Parts: sequence; structure tokens; C-alpha cells
Amino acid sequence: MSVKRTAIGPSDLLVLAAAIAQGGIEVIDLTHTLAPDFPTIVLPPEFGQCAPFRIEEISRYDERGPAWYWNNISMGEHTGTHFDAPIHWVSGKDLPDNSVDTIPVANFFAPACVIDVAAQSAANADFVLTIADVEAWERRHGRIPPRSWVLLRTDWSKRTGRDYANLVDDGQHSPGPGAEVCRWLVAERDVHGFGTETIGTDAGQAAHFNPPYPAHHYMHGKGRYGLQCLANLDRLPPTGALIVAAPLKIRKGSGSPLRVLALVARGSVP
Amino acid sequence: MTPPLAPPKRKDPLTKTRAPLLPPGARSRTAKGLAAAAAEGRFALQVCAECGAVIYPPRDACPRCLSPRLPFRDVPRDGVLLAETVIAASSDPYFRERLPWRIGTVRLDAGPSIVTHLHGDVREGDRVRLSLNLDKGGQAVAMALPTMPMLHMADDRQWRELTCDPKFRRVLVTDGRGRVGQAMAQALSQAEAAIVFVGIADSWKPFPGEAALRAIARVEIVPLDLTDTVSVGDLAGEIGGRVDIVVNTAEHVRPGGMLERTGLVVAREAIELRYFGLMRLAQSFGPALRARGADGVNSAAAFVNLLSVHALMNWPAYGVFSSAEAACLSAAQSLRAELRPGGIKVVNVFSGPLDTEWYETVPPPKVTPSALAAATVDALRRGLEDVYVGDVAEDVRARLAVNPKALERELGP
Repeated sequence: MSVKRTAIGPSDLLVLAAAIAQGGIEVIDLTHTLAPDFPTIVLPPEFGQCAPFRIEEISRYDERGPAWYWNNISMGEHTGTHFDAPIHWVSGKDLPDNSVDTIPVANFFAPACVIDVAAQSAANADFVLTIADVEAWERRHGRIPPRSWVLLRTDWSKRTGRDYANLVDDGQHSPGPGAEVCRWLVAERDVHGFGTETIGTDAGQAAHFNPPYPAHHYMHGKGRYGLQCLANLDRLPPTGALIVAAPLKIRKGSGSPLRVLALVARGSVP
Repeated sequence: MTPPLAPPKRKDPLTKTRAPLLPPGARSRTAKGLAAAAAEGRFALQVCAECGAVIYPPRDACPRCLSPRLPFRDVPRDGVLLAETVIAASSDPYFRERLPWRIGTVRLDAGPSIVTHLHGDVREGDRVRLSLNLDKGGQAVAMALPTMPMLHMADDRQWRELTCDPKFRRVLVTDGRGRVGQAMAQALSQAEAAIVFVGIADSWKPFPGEAALRAIARVEIVPLDLTDTVSVGDLAGEIGGRVDIVVNTAEHVRPGGMLERTGLVVAREAIELRYFGLMRLAQSFGPALRARGADGVNSAAAFVNLLSVHALMNWPAYGVFSSAEAACLSAAQSLRAELRPGGIKVVNVFSGPLDTEWYETVPPPKVTPSALAAATVDALRRGLEDVYVGDVAEDVRARLAVNPKALERELGP
């Protein structure tokens, strides 16, 4: 799907706003609720761990603050539905504008190509996306346009608790991209980033891939981004959704929890 | 023989819960020496350093030679019950609710005669064994017990008033993911706890021993994450009114001092789990415990902290861990004072290195999780407050009493 450059006037934004308000453009929430029991990435216990989400009441219309309710919250940068900046990975550590506070804000808007591998993932928790899978998708939906998010729909977000983390004594088992396709998506398709429904952008067993964690390695190595723990990918069209994903502006931040929204045109509204 | 305790009936919702009362609490400062012995299950009286007289009640001068040097020493605890009586009327609110109450006079083989509470199995003229215990108010009292173990002896009504026996009580073991929590659940189930609630954090993570834990009789797995205020509050909302004993088995053992590891992430985890975890448990479960200290056979009874003995003196090889444990000890002392009005005992079980993975590189002697659990159940059954489990804990305790500065120096490199 190619898009021609056209002149945009102020009224076009009003058209957009009206379409969102009236439902001609649907806004889909791709975010899990930040909650204490949402699984985080697990490392061996001798390593530092990503802090889970925590919430502590400051006051709730009580003696601590009679007319107001508010909380202190704490979490890691990679807790819940979150954004990975290039600085997160060693391969992207020296790139310019590689942390969440310096990424050009226009990059927080990008279209998405949604590759549906839900059936394969249901059959095989260790399903690995290949170049052939993407080429098959392109035969049906067209070539992936430059600077598009590639979102891997696995329906993993419909799982909960133990099934979602899917930890066994040889590690985590969840679908993700193979090494070759990650390199290819960046080099040959100039993608904006890679997004998944699982706990990481990489497969559960990606520590054993070459290079390890290829989605992190290749995406961040070329200044591209990651989104993980996404939800509702089954409600997106294969192409045409616009993703709004703006992380918190954390100084030298490697990522952040965020609200990920998709704008999807639903045609005219009565 | 003591009639066996019957499982308590379910509560009658139409009757008021009995408010916890405390027995008379006035004691001299010198008499606190009895409490120190009772807290550890020792039987100690003043022994005159000049003339060797064994003295009771506690005094500031020897009645035989007037020496002021009257240290408390462990002495033989057997004697003869000279006389017994039954108190049928009392003006003291605590005893009024517990009448009739048997007391008697025991002449110790060590010398003095003592007015004591009486176990139901002892009669005038019997040889008896005295026990010093902390009563509901935390003051030392003596009780005369049979010299030999008797059937259902622990079920005696007056004895149970001094102990925190898990039998028929409902216990919360706060963390069952590790071997300590699992051994604790097993020991408490064997001690006839009515329910052993076992907290599991991060239920999405499998853990070793899970199947065996679930198979223990009367174990109920409950979601509980001590690092999460909401989680602890939610569980207290569900079961807080029927937890009689809390046993905090959460561990966060990591080797290293402050210079071994960059940053605070691991130390913060330790403080979150251990210190704030204790505080979350106290805030969520403490008020109901304190209110239910006289709530019948399965009254609320105890809050148990498993502490490293290095809470007492830092062990730099595990320096950050030791300091987090010290914070827990201090919090436990506060909690002890705060729960005392409810007649709830705060039991601190100190141990040295455990025979678990985080002490892998530490040579023996080490305490096995099952030994720690057995010592905890024993402490509850005997109504102890401070327990030292294993050679290292006893050694640290003894050296600390003699020369704290030497111990500090010896624990370092």
C-alpha cells in the first residue's frame, strides 16, 4: 500500500478529529492494564530483575488526604505493555537519538502491518517467524512499506497467568521472529520496529538463537523500536492501522510502559 | 490425663467476640530477668554470686548474705508440689473470665518455693517440673508440669493460655515457593493446624515442590505477594479474620556487602520483601490478630518472624542481607509491643546459614529447612518468644552476650 504525498491543511486534522469522535475512525487500545500481577521478563535470580508494577495509595478521601485519591506507582522501564528504545540493546547503545527522551516524536506515529500467525502459535508455542512467512503475507497484502511497524499477531495476549509466561525448566516458550527475518525486515523492508503480544519482542527461546535475541539485536542496532505485551492485535486489519505509541520522556530511558493506540478506518458512519 | 481438646465449634455470629484481656502485669525491673529466661524457654533464677543461694522471688540483695550480686542462672527445674488450691473468685478481669484456676506452691530441689500455675495432670505431693513462660501480657509466670510427657498434655486449658500451639489453629505461611515455606507447611500440618494457608507470589511462575506442597493435608494455596501492598491487603480482606498464626517465611538471601554489587536494585528487593513485607503483613493482618487474642480455642496467638541471627550482628560476607534482617528485627520489636495488648506473641526464630541454595558456598554447620520448621513449631507449642536454631545461631548469641565488639571484629575478614 503506497501513499502519495499530499498537501495537508488545518481542516484535514478537524476531519480526522471528527472521524474519531463519530467512529469513522475507530481507536483500538492495544494496551494491557498495568497491574501488579502482570508477568514481567524473568532472568536467573542472581541477576537484577525488572521491577513489577506496584501501586501504593497516598490517600483516598481519608485522614491522609480528605478530598483526594491518588497513588504512588513504581515499575521497571520494561513492565507491562512497553516500548523498547534502541539504547535498550548493546547493538544500539551508540546510536544518536536512541533513548526515549531523544527519539524524534514524529516516530511515535507509524502505520502497522499485522502478520497473523495465531494458528501456528497455537499449534507450536515455539513458532518462529521466517522470511518465507513474511513473503507469503506480502503476496496477499502487498509489500511492507518503509517505516511500518510489523506487529506479530499470535493471540498470546488472550492467555493469562502461567499460560502467558509459559515457563518450563528449560526457559520460556513463546513465539517470535527468527534471526534471519529480523535482519531482513530492517535491511530489506526498512521497518519502523517490531511488536509482539508476548513478554518480549523475541521468542521465548531466543537466547539460543544466533545472534541471541535477534529482534532486539537487529531492530535496535539500526535504531528501530520494539513494542511488547500488546493486546487486541486481532482487531487490527493486516494493513492500514496507524499506531500511536509515545513512551514516557525519561532521561536516558531505555523504554517505558505506555498506552498504545491504533487508529483504524471503519468507513462512513451513519 | 488431660481430656483431648475438641476441635472448636464454628463461631456463633450472635455472640460478641471476647475482648483480649491481660493478666496483672506489675513486675520489678529485676524480675524481668525471669522474662528473659522465659522468652527462650530456659529456667533461670537468681543465684547469689557470693554465697550460692538460689533466690525467688527476684530481689536486689541476697536474703542470706546481703550481696547485691545476684545474676540469673539456669537452675534445675524439678521440685515437689507442696500444696494446691483452686481459685474460684477473682477481682481481676483476666482471671474472672478464666475461672476456676488452679495454683499451687512448689518447693524446688534447688531451694526456693514458688507459687505457680498448675497443669491439670499434677496433684499435691507430685514431683513436678517447673516451666517459666510468658503470659498473655508478656510477663514471666511459672507453671508446674508433670515430669513425664502425658497424653494430650499440651491440650491443658491453663497451659494453652501460655502457649501458641498450632493445634486447631489456622496458620498463614506467607511464602510457599521455597523449601523453608514448604517445610513449615508440612510441620504445621503435622502439628494439627486446622488450615495451613500458604501464600504463593507470581503464580504464573512454576516452582519446585509445588505438587508436594499441594498434597500436604489441610494446605490451602492463596495468592500472596509480600512486595505488593494490594496483594497483602486483598488476602487479609479474604482470610484475615480467621488467621490465628502468621509465619513469615519470605526469604531474600544474597551474598555480598555494599561494595560487591553496583546500585541498589537487589538491596531494594530485599527491603521490599523483608522489611516492607513484614510491615505489610503487620498492617493488614495485625489489627485482626490483636482483636482476636481471646477468641476461644482457636484464638489468634502469634506472629512468627524467621530471622537471620546476623540481624543481631552484621556478617559482612552477607552484609546487605544482614542489614535488611536487622531492620526486620527492629520492626519485630515494635510489632511485639503493638500486638501485646491483644495477647499476641511475636516470635523471633533466629538461625544461621540454612542448607539452601543461597548459602551454597557456606560450609556447614547449616540449618535444614525442616529443622527450622520443627524449631518454629516447638517454639509455638512452648510459647517462646526468642529462639536460636542451630550451632551458628547459638554461637553468635553467646558471643554477643559476652563481647559484642569482639564478635563484630570476628565476623569480618
